[in-house]
Amino acid sequence: MNKDMEARRQELLNQGYEEVYTRTKVLTDAVMHYCPGCGHGTTHRLIAEVIDEMGIQDNVVGVSPVGCSVLAYNYFDVDFQEAAHGRAPAVATAIKRLNPDTFVFTYQGDGDLAAIGTAETIHAANRGENMTMIFVNNGIYGMTGGQMAPTTLVGMRSATTPYGRRVDLNGYPLRMTELLSTLPGTYYVTRQSVQNPAAVRKAKAAIRKAFENQKLKKGLSFVEILSNCNSGWKMTPVAANKWMEDNMMPNYPIGDIKVDGKICEGIDANRLVLDHPLTVMQ
Amino acid sequence: MAFKGQIIIDTEHCKGCGVCVPVCPMKCIELSKEVNGKGYNFTHTVNDSCIGCASCAMVCPDGVISVYKKKI
Repeated sequence: MNKDMEARRQELLNQGYEEVYTRTKVLTDAVMHYCPGCGHGTTHRLIAEVIDEMGIQDNVVGVSPVGCSVLAYNYFDVDFQEAAHGRAPAVATAIKRLNPDTFVFTYQGDGDLAAIGTAETIHAANRGENMTMIFVNNGIYGMTGGQMAPTTLVGMRSATTPYGRRVDLNGYPLRMTELLSTLPGTYYVTRQSVQNPAAVRKAKAAIRKAFENQKLKKGLSFVEILSNCNSGWKMTPVAANKWMEDNMMPNYPIGDIKVDGKICEGIDANRLVLDHPLTVMQ
Repeated sequence: MAFKGQIIIDTEHCKGCGVCVPVCPMKCIELSKEVNGKGYNFTHTVNDSCIGCASCAMVCPDGVISVYKKKI
């Protein structure tokens, strides 16, 4: 906040206005390198706000991945550790086991968590490590130029699937959240999104719950955040959010899957064993 | 009971993504025709109808919007 803005703020407060929302102090003043409109920025903001509200800024360690969010440690005013590509859950496991009372979270994208780091992810979940994993899924490798990711939708165009992803050639989209919910080590598994104010508020509540669960020491809390990738998808941010609602959400349904160690009511067993018919994009 | 709101936008840090424009229920935010130091068309308020709902601040990826409101 620069001097003009600070003066304007004081002026408004003197006029009887109350502050509804302001940027949290847990985020540093560094300008995020993310593309305009990227869901990473919103997700960073939500995590920082949760840390701020819980008052755990001095007692939290984040683990940043490789991918678009590789520089996440620049934006949070908390302790951070960079991990090798895909190995954030393994590093976070060590940090959590050595400091059991510290809140530990990993922040990973789909290329990190669902591709090169699948083994670490699944085993950390299966061991029931008592930490929080934030998984930002945009269905594409954003940083390297929009190549196909394991989470790319069937029929979706990317740099390496210019005619759309084909099941016979490239296989099916990997749904990590459903996969992890079947493991007994996970305590809270949910999928949220950040494209409109209502979704952002729900996502924040989910992240808050995922951090609170660490106090219970019952297992892994996993939050998938569906995000847009307007540069990789070659769209404006607003159009990318609309596209995400129309195409990503039928394949990646929003909502809690496992709460307090139990699969939620209404979750179809077929959805969890991943043999449902996939929606093919037009 | 009605509320009157005011927003302060950090125009130098705004990247002009425009995500806040369609979510404003009162249609009081638009992208400016001018640009900031980095060449982005920053967001600005175009009328006085803000109710302080903070929808714009909720979706802003860069957290450049501060929201204030009072009862009138």
